[in-house]
Amino acid sequence: MGAGLRTWLNVLVLSFSFVIIIWHRGILDGWNHQAEVDTINWEIGGGIYWHEKYDPYDPFTLTDSHGPVPYQLKKEINAGNLEPILISQATIYPDGHMQTVLLKGIDPEQMILALPTAPLDTMINEIPAVIGTRMAKSIKLKTGDYMTVRWRDVNGVFDAADIRIVGVFKTNVPSVDNGQIWLPLDRLQKMMQMPDEATIIVAAKEVSEPILTSSWEFKDHDFLLSDLTEMIRSKSIGGSIMYIILLLLAMLAIFDTQVLSIFRRQREIGTHMALGMTRGQVIRLFTVEGAMHGILAALIAAIYGIPFLYWQSVAGLSMPAGTDDMGMAVAEKILPVYSVGLVISTTLIVLIVVTIVSFLPTRRIAKMNPTEAIKGKVI
Amino acid sequence: MDNSNIIQIENMWKQFPMGGGKFTALENINLTFGKGEFAGLVGPSGSGKTTLLNIIGSLDVPTKGSTIILDKSISDLTHKEAAQLRNHHLGFIFQTYNLLPVYTVFENVEYPLLLLDYTSDERHKAVLDALEWVGLSDKEKSRPAQLSGGESQRVAIARAMVKRPEIVLADEPTANLDAENSHHILQMMEKLNKELETTFIFATHDEKVIKYIRRKISLLDGKIEKDEHLEMGDRRPETGDGRPETGGRA
Repeated sequence: MGAGLRTWLNVLVLSFSFVIIIWHRGILDGWNHQAEVDTINWEIGGGIYWHEKYDPYDPFTLTDSHGPVPYQLKKEINAGNLEPILISQATIYPDGHMQTVLLKGIDPEQMILALPTAPLDTMINEIPAVIGTRMAKSIKLKTGDYMTVRWRDVNGVFDAADIRIVGVFKTNVPSVDNGQIWLPLDRLQKMMQMPDEATIIVAAKEVSEPILTSSWEFKDHDFLLSDLTEMIRSKSIGGSIMYIILLLLAMLAIFDTQVLSIFRRQREIGTHMALGMTRGQVIRLFTVEGAMHGILAALIAAIYGIPFLYWQSVAGLSMPAGTDDMGMAVAEKILPVYSVGLVISTTLIVLIVVTIVSFLPTRRIAKMNPTEAIKGKVI
Repeated sequence: MDNSNIIQIENMWKQFPMGGGKFTALENINLTFGKGEFAGLVGPSGSGKTTLLNIIGSLDVPTKGSTIILDKSISDLTHKEAAQLRNHHLGFIFQTYNLLPVYTVFENVEYPLLLLDYTSDERHKAVLDALEWVGLSDKEKSRPAQLSGGESQRVAIARAMVKRPEIVLADEPTANLDAENSHHILQMMEKLNKELETTFIFATHDEKVIKYIRRKISLLDGKIEKDEHLEMGDRRPETGDGRPETGGRA
């Protein structure tokens, strides 16, 4: 390598591409990983038994999608390995407005989900409730505030009572927050006239062999995370565009260097041929030289990229306030995840692309007449 | 073909496309060169001497006629075979030296041997010998940019000679050198010609070179005007512009 300024500039651009591609992919992977982990911790645990009529996308099914907790599961519930949740529709009247919500009854002492349900274990006249920050913001209530809730029980009888907010929790999982109010399970069962009934039953650990019961179906991670997986896949396509742009930038730098290099080094090319190199050997020489840019860039990227990527994996990337209101679960900080596969695949892809891009302009050498090349008169 | 001739050219023409027609650079050339010749293709610019040198060097092919170099017909060689012929049997010396700028003197001289797959020890010894021939043993670690014109041309000679080729082709080797360096370089090549029996063919219009060659082939407008073998008296000037009258001669 001539190690001229242009060479180093291109190597630097290429090394930036290496680091930014890995960092960017790491952020996306970290975000996806965090979304998956949070969804498991806050909502689906190790899987969920659904009542056979339960359909989370159809609120009209909630009237019928409940039933007694099957006796086959009782033992596991008592052991703390399963957590029944009752879900019902209701209307709240915060600040004189009317809003439809989901009431979700859960055992205040449960340890399966990350929901902070302990504040529900209190003896007050009103119905204790915990809500998420998004819900609190939407209904403009905070801890200690009251509101009226109206519901219709299993017999179709309407009733109403006051709810007191005993806790507001922050979560990255909007589907346990938006439009939902969490109550003690026994209170909701009483309100709905549904003793010992539930809509879903969440498992603590992943269940490899679900207990078979009539009227209840077990939904595993593959099923429950399918929406999230689909969202991640769509997001990955968007992320790939950034990947391609960065790769194109690096390719452009290498292509430009090679074209200029061949233009400026015609006499050298002619000399190589005069000394006995075949055109194929000269093409290989220039291609390898171009590919060496990629290897050098990978080494330089390692020098400053490893400390930077490590620091990012520890410090994380702070997301701007309000980002999680956009619909996708976003933590305050995203911790990038760099897998060995990510680093190796990125390095290989960049090196292969650089080699191909280095090769393309060298085909011009094959058309060179050595006598003209020696004089530097070809192009 | 006469077996003592290592180069045999018969009825050879070279034409280049120009506009809608053709430009004839060489016309009906008939020449032979034997082993150990020290010959010059002499003529003004545009007379065809570099074109002829390029064809002898298998860098170009004739339009018609026959050019046999070391029993190989240049017209019939593939690119790869032509490269192999240059690699094994031919050495080139250029007017502008054409050294590879990022390599050291040692690496420049070593380069042709790398293409010939010499071992490291063989290369090392051959390069040191070649640098000793041209008196540059102390410059092996220098880069071309650190050398004078005379030194650069000596490196080019060492690079051409290191693999001990049968034929060395030198295109205006003294054009960029002053008189003293020119004489020094020519004496060196004359010495190598005699010691190693290498055939040297120059393309030149430099009077200094013409004083040294033993055979002068005059070209004009692509045709051979005269082919003469020179005697010592024809070749040596009475005054030498710094050239020792017999110095460096073997």
